[in-house]
Amino acid sequence: MVPALVVEDLRVYFFLEQGVVRAVDGVTFSLAPGRTLGIVGESGSGKSVIGQSILRIVPPPGRIVGGKILLRVDDGDGSPQQIDVTKLHPNSRQARSIRGRQVAMIFQEPMNSFSPVHTVGSQIVEALMLHAQVRYDEARDRAVEMLRRVGIPQPEIRIDAYPHQLSGGMRQRAMIAMALVCNPKILIADEPTTALDVTIQAQILELLKSLQKEFGMAVLFISHNLGVIAEICHDVMVVYFGKVMETAPVETLFRNPIHPYTKALLKSVPGIDTPVRHHLATIEGTLPEPHANIAGCPFFGRCTVCTDGVVCSDEPYELAKVADDHFVACPQVCFIA
Amino acid sequence: MSEPEILLEVKNLKKHFPIYRGVFKRIVGYVKAVDGVSFTIRSGETVGLVGESGCGKTTVGRMVMGAYRPTSGEIWFKPPNGEPPVDLASVDSRRMKALRPHIQMVFQDPFASLNPRMTIREIIAEPLVVNKIARGKELERRVRESIEMVGLQTHHLSRYPHAFSGGQRQRISIARAMGLFPSLVVADEPTSALDVSVQAQIVNLALDIQSRFGLAYLFISHDLGLIRHFSSRVVVMYVGHVMEYAPAESLFKRPRHPYTEALLSNVPTTRPNLLGRKIILRGEPADPANPPPGCPFHTRCLYVQDICREVMPSLEEIEPEHKSACHFAGTLDLTGCDALGCVL
Ligand SMILES: Nc1ncnc2c1ncn2[C@@H]1O[C@H](COP(=O)(O)OP(=O)(O)OP(=O)(O)O)[C@@H](O)[C@H]1O
Ligand SMILES: Nc1ncnc2c1ncn2[C@@H]1O[C@H](COP(=O)(O)OP(=O)(O)OP(=O)(O)O)[C@@H](O)[C@H]1O
Ligand SMILES: [Mg+2]
Ligand SMILES: [Mg+2]
Repeated sequence: MVPALVVEDLRVYFFLEQGVVRAVDGVTFSLAPGRTLGIVGESGSGKSVIGQSILRIVPPPGRIVGGKILLRVDDGDGSPQQIDVTKLHPNSRQARSIRGRQVAMIFQEPMNSFSPVHTVGSQIVEALMLHAQVRYDEARDRAVEMLRRVGIPQPEIRIDAYPHQLSGGMRQRAMIAMALVCNPKILIADEPTTALDVTIQAQILELLKSLQKEFGMAVLFISHNLGVIAEICHDVMVVYFGKVMETAPVETLFRNPIHPYTKALLKSVPGIDTPVRHHLATIEGTLPEPHANIAGCPFFGRCTVCTDGVVCSDEPYELAKVADDHFVACPQVCFIA
Repeated sequence: MSEPEILLEVKNLKKHFPIYRGVFKRIVGYVKAVDGVSFTIRSGETVGLVGESGCGKTTVGRMVMGAYRPTSGEIWFKPPNGEPPVDLASVDSRRMKALRPHIQMVFQDPFASLNPRMTIREIIAEPLVVNKIARGKELERRVRESIEMVGLQTHHLSRYPHAFSGGQRQRISIARAMGLFPSLVVADEPTSALDVSVQAQIVNLALDIQSRFGLAYLFISHDLGLIRHFSSRVVVMYVGHVMEYAPAESLFKRPRHPYTEALLSNVPTTRPNLLGRKIILRGEPADPANPPPGCPFHTRCLYVQDICREVMPSLEEIEPEHKSACHFAGTLDLTGCDALGCVL
């Protein structure tokens, strides 16, 4: 089957006065229709920039400097084609039509995706009329229905609210509604449930799953919440400093993590055996300076497993297969596993 | 062991926001964002505040720190200098100004809450200057002390916020809040924008500061794992009302309100074998602009009876210190964390 999305050796750099920030530095993955791939990793590791690249909305001074992003496009006659979106001009007709119809994104900061001077409803209705080519009345009905499905109380009334009149969580749900209303083939969800309580969050996750079943939507799900990742994703990719550290099916990743960074990440969440009101496990140190160009393992220096520093800082980065569908980029992996 | 003294006592607190319509801005109704909330915070403890998004948590926090004037109710605060408690809801603005340094707030968004045109030194110094607490050499000493307290260095002081990561910015907001040596800090989702390893650092920092200076936290969060880790007591809100108010251990072990039970069952877990035990809530969440009669949770409650649709239950003590606002709190056998097996 042709995947919905194939990303190959993607490199996205920001060219700043102080130096080059290698925000995404050689990321490869593929995503089949009806599947959900989770992306986790430290703040600033490049998760959002991966999403922005697929939509071709990386802000300057950022640029895609290498790699491919192959998007599956189904023609009328049923034979799927792949187009490389890195070759498109960001403002071309094709790029814009991909953004509206093929790929939708739920943004990390809800305030940025709604215009403050228009009602939430008018923005959803407009998107529908443009991309799904439906008339106003139908668009409004569909918008109300979608607001109801994301759990906005009294959607017939709230549809006429301005963004600032909604609480943080309601704004986030309205944005989810806007992303889903055109039935995208690919959904990029960037921290979509941070402002929601767990019951509403569960309802949103159910909604995503059911739309996935109905329309075969493929989802790229970015989150800091490992529990949410565990519940919604089929596969998980762990990124660090613009590079993939580990990728595995979800059960494998949580049951049998191999990369020391993945293990450290899982340990920082309070669990049943963490004594309450005691210190949580942390990862000492910080990400490398953003302009650093690191040839070896970027986690070197913070890694507690790696005592033989020579290997880790000198070996070139390589994602090695350790089992079916399980890949790890750790120079020490044969010693650890 | 005698219990620490009561630092803050909130009694029947309400905040109703007017809804305006039309060109003449006529008031057509009220959003009952907070509608009769009561709880207490003792010196040096952490009280967790959880609940549905839009249920009024931030509004409670803002009233406690004096940013919103309550529509009605009382907020009794005990000043640290041994004076008798003062009602912040009715105090005059001069007195409020003198009390304000004792209550600080740390906001959810570490990106929006720091002024991008001020250096870190100016950001931390501002509350000390505004409240006329320190100047000159003493000011610089206090600023340096604060930045070191949060694990940053004095050479960071001359930089601007954009040069810091999300976790570092949150440390800076904490340094700013702590500089005044408050006795209460309202922390509104202080870690929800951060990844789990940075979150763990912030939690550890908050615990250290608490044990060093004995300050109390009102900790607002959707993350029940963190709430349980951090809080000694927990307030569960739903549409402007307190549903349950109990010691953390007792609440997580045996919840006494169906909404709390639903919350616990929906905590996402990294253990795939525990999936599928969720209590899926049906029905629409209540609208604070148009709350239903009776119990606000009845539209989604699994155990709803006729009385719930008509009579609003009051918050009653079910066992020592454990209060619930449910007509059937004493008889329902609700499932807690142990039985749900949730990772909390
Ligand atoms: N507009 C920009 N200008 C300059 N640098 C940027 C810009 N956007 C992102 N970057 C840099 O790219 C890197 C990756 O950022 P990105 O936003 O993708 O991180 P993230 O993994 O999504 O982090 P978080 O979990 O905090 O959202 C960071 O070092 C960031 O500083
Ligand atoms: N300034 C305001 N004017 C009008 N309504 C408001 C205002 N601030 C809050 N509200 C309303 O009051 C209710 C409670 O809002 P609040 O921000 O306290 O909720 P919250 O519990 O903090 O939610 P979240 O978890 O989403 O942050 C919401 O219905 C909101 O729309
Ligand atoms: Mg991001
Ligand atoms: Mg809030």
